[in-house]
Amino acid sequence: MTKRTFKVAFRDSLPILAGYLALGIGFGVLLQSKGYSFWWAILMSITMFAGSGQYAGVDFLAGGASILTTAVMTLIINARHFFYGFSLLDKYRGFGAVKPYLIFGLTDETYSVVCSAKPDKDIDRKKYYFFVTLLDHIYWITGCTLGAILGNFIPDSTGIDFAMTALFIVIFVEQWLSTKEHLPAILGVATTLFCLCVFGRDFFIIPSMVMISAELVIFRKRLDPEKRKEVSADD
Amino acid sequence: MIDVPRSLLLIAVMAVVTAFTRFLPFMAFPEGRKKPKVITYLGSVLPYAVIGMLVVYCFKGASVLEYPYCLPELLAAALVVGLHVWRRNTLLSVFSGVIFYMILVQLVFR
Repeated sequence: MTKRTFKVAFRDSLPILAGYLALGIGFGVLLQSKGYSFWWAILMSITMFAGSGQYAGVDFLAGGASILTTAVMTLIINARHFFYGFSLLDKYRGFGAVKPYLIFGLTDETYSVVCSAKPDKDIDRKKYYFFVTLLDHIYWITGCTLGAILGNFIPDSTGIDFAMTALFIVIFVEQWLSTKEHLPAILGVATTLFCLCVFGRDFFIIPSMVMISAELVIFRKRLDPEKRKEVSADD
Repeated sequence: MIDVPRSLLLIAVMAVVTAFTRFLPFMAFPEGRKKPKVITYLGSVLPYAVIGMLVVYCFKGASVLEYPYCLPELLAAALVVGLHVWRRNTLLSVFSGVIFYMILVQLVFR
């Protein structure tokens, strides 16, 4: 059964394999171009496990950023992760010793697979989530290390990082087809687009998160089945 | 040339802050303690909004106002959506989209 769980987890993580190798190699190339050997790429990919965070990290390391700047900028760049836990509080409940690792490994990509996967009944969910997280971590470490070792001897793979975008689009479509209530999805896209235009590409995520949360709370009467029950009971 | 202690310190700071962003919801609402209903509600609707946010997040680097005007991204995204609605096969949709996008950015919109 564990073997089957692993197979399913591996299959579901394949798009991430392509994307992480590409993005990781890009990171490794960038890092070694600043004079850091591949040991640094291994260290960063193991301990941080964050795509955009690590790319920005290269600038902090090479540019001699202060500790405060590094901490605040990392917080801003990775703030979107705040959202992920909220929808996994129940899913990860009672997972014991592996739970901290699952939370540590909650990247955009791991989250998107975990929150959309509907593994069959005979699949052990805990093991499934663990394998997805671990496989993603291994892909990421491998990509980062390869990039730092091979440096510029990498054939032109421009555009392969579209695997991430495509994966998110696929999950978006899946979610769209799975429900009749499209308001949350529309709010997510429209609000983020709006904030991207207003706040610019470096600072739009936090305003988007605040606005999306506020909007979802405003529309709670329509979107929350429990609230709707209360309302109809009042009538 | 590399300031090793300083680099190690910065990496530690980044690792801790990144982990903090992921652990916070779980620390705020630990298992066993009852959480407000609004949090349960947000947890149930957020995935739809967050994936929408991530899709836009992926497009943040595309050039809208200058050549190639987001065209490779939009064309490849349209292919992924179309293929996926048609076949509902994640791997097929993702890898066709990637190959098409690579052809577009490497050969067509150079």
